[in-house]
Amino acid sequence: MTLIDRTATDHLADLIAGRISSVELTRAYLDQIDRHDSRVRAFLRVDPQAALDRAEDIDRRRAAGQSLGRLAGLPVAIKDVLCTQGEPTTCASRILENFRPPYDATVIARLKAADAVLIGKTNMDEFAMGGSNENSAFHPTHNPWDLSRIPGGSSGGAAACVAARMAPLAVGSDTGGSIRSPAGLCGVSGLKPTYGRVSRYGLVAFASSLDQIGPLAQTAEDMALLLEVLAGHDAADSTSVNLPVPQYTKTVRQPLAGLRLGMVREHFGDGLDVEVEAAVREAVRVYESLGAKVTWLSMPHSKYAVATYYVIAPCEASSNLARYDGVHYGHRTDEKQMLADLQAEHARLQKAGDKRALENTENPLIRMYRRSRAEGFGPEVKRRIMLGTYALSAGYYDAYYKKALQVRRLIRQDFDRAFEEVDLLIGPVTPTPAFKIGEKIDDPLAMYLFDLYTVSTNLAGIGALSIPCGFSSAGLPIGLHLQAPPFEEERLLRGARMFQQATDWHGRKPAMLGGSADC
Amino acid sequence: MSLSRPEVEKIALLGRLLLSEEEIKRMTVQLGDVLGYMDLLGEVDTTNVEPMVHAQDMTNVFRDDVAHPSLDRGQALANAPHRDEECYLVPAVL
Repeated sequence: MTLIDRTATDHLADLIAGRISSVELTRAYLDQIDRHDSRVRAFLRVDPQAALDRAEDIDRRRAAGQSLGRLAGLPVAIKDVLCTQGEPTTCASRILENFRPPYDATVIARLKAADAVLIGKTNMDEFAMGGSNENSAFHPTHNPWDLSRIPGGSSGGAAACVAARMAPLAVGSDTGGSIRSPAGLCGVSGLKPTYGRVSRYGLVAFASSLDQIGPLAQTAEDMALLLEVLAGHDAADSTSVNLPVPQYTKTVRQPLAGLRLGMVREHFGDGLDVEVEAAVREAVRVYESLGAKVTWLSMPHSKYAVATYYVIAPCEASSNLARYDGVHYGHRTDEKQMLADLQAEHARLQKAGDKRALENTENPLIRMYRRSRAEGFGPEVKRRIMLGTYALSAGYYDAYYKKALQVRRLIRQDFDRAFEEVDLLIGPVTPTPAFKIGEKIDDPLAMYLFDLYTVSTNLAGIGALSIPCGFSSAGLPIGLHLQAPPFEEERLLRGARMFQQATDWHGRKPAMLGGSADC
Repeated sequence: MSLSRPEVEKIALLGRLLLSEEEIKRMTVQLGDVLGYMDLLGEVDTTNVEPMVHAQDMTNVFRDDVAHPSLDRGQALANAPHRDEECYLVPAVL
């Protein structure tokens, strides 16, 4: 086993014991990025010198016997949706290509205070909208298990960089499955905390009632380590919850005795790939062998989750993204060209005597907004702005937005009822393993339906995670989805860890790194 | 559910987007598909169901009315594509 195959938890022990320096460790991951990221393309930006300087500073402080933060010396990759002061934060969008935030997101400030080494910003679907990473304005990310396939999304870069051992830990965000789905497709572990567990301050907003930040890593223990640093109340986010943060790392090794697992009938129906189903059922048997009791239950509103989500998320997105106006920050269209075009348009309409069209032509300010946004946003972001604007427009609000909010409550009630009977829900995280790059790009609805197992978690506001539970015959990773009642991250992590003690799926590495799905 | 071209153009204006001819055509079909799928929600009986706008039932989270430092003007203007020393600049509105 080489250095970079070891877990973050092992690295931390080595750092503390002085068996390795942060510079050595950081250099090992930077070397791996050098070797493989030209093909995986998980990162949007890496600043090796800044990372090494930081590592050196931590080593120096350690040598001087100074007290250090919780993650001292550990490299962490950051999804480019989180504001880093003075450093580009693009959301993989042209509109933010040159944006340098004037402040750090709360989770970034926490990571810095914990003395983590921020190793780079990872690729994503533009504004976190998408499940394949193909919506990045800069380049797609490739799945390390098969470079012709998607890594999932929207935190595809974060999942791929952990899978390719280019970082031991990564921070992602999850609005409808954006941590769990790529974790599943790349064979790593990823957790979406309960809404309110982690501050969203400085997370570029997509859908504010659904967005949540969480960890990606190789193991449940490593997720516990990172979540402990990320979680906690923040006065700067009024939706963050003022509850004590459990010491996840202290309890994660304790198996859950008398665990009651629920399988949702509706999640084992049409559209579920046979190999995914087989792997998930085998995982359930592993839990049974560890003493868990399994019951089948029904969540009658789960078939409406995708429709509900794709009303609510675009509505919130269309209103959140109204801030990109080409005035305060972000891309602005060439103003001279815009004014010249507008003038020519006026002259043409005047000549044609088209009074109505002339009156309908917008003023230069509105035209500036429209052109800046048209040039700055990619196709999927435009689609969601259009969808949301439509659903919120006069005459459609009740039929779409209000209706979806009502169904959202029914979905939450399904969960509440389920958790009266069971401790965790267990099932597939995606309906199939990773698909080919380009396969669904022209069919937005097919792309949306890929999210059918994950979106209801965000609608309900509860916590969930994905861990590796097997491989398809083509050697592609399969993810296992565990969902828990609100603020039961500890239960999720303990449940994941007991599975990882009994299996070794999480330890496999892609063939491009000299590993294989078989061992 | 299908959308007409004037509807798509109107939504694009409301959403402050400017779509090319080709985008309008593609968007008309794709939005129609997605909205058609959403008609599924019509079969759910939501009589007397309170809309769920947020995952946490919190209202009016207040902090003490104490002044905190905030961004100074230079920082606030730093990312503006067009500005002078003290203002954001925009095309003439009138």
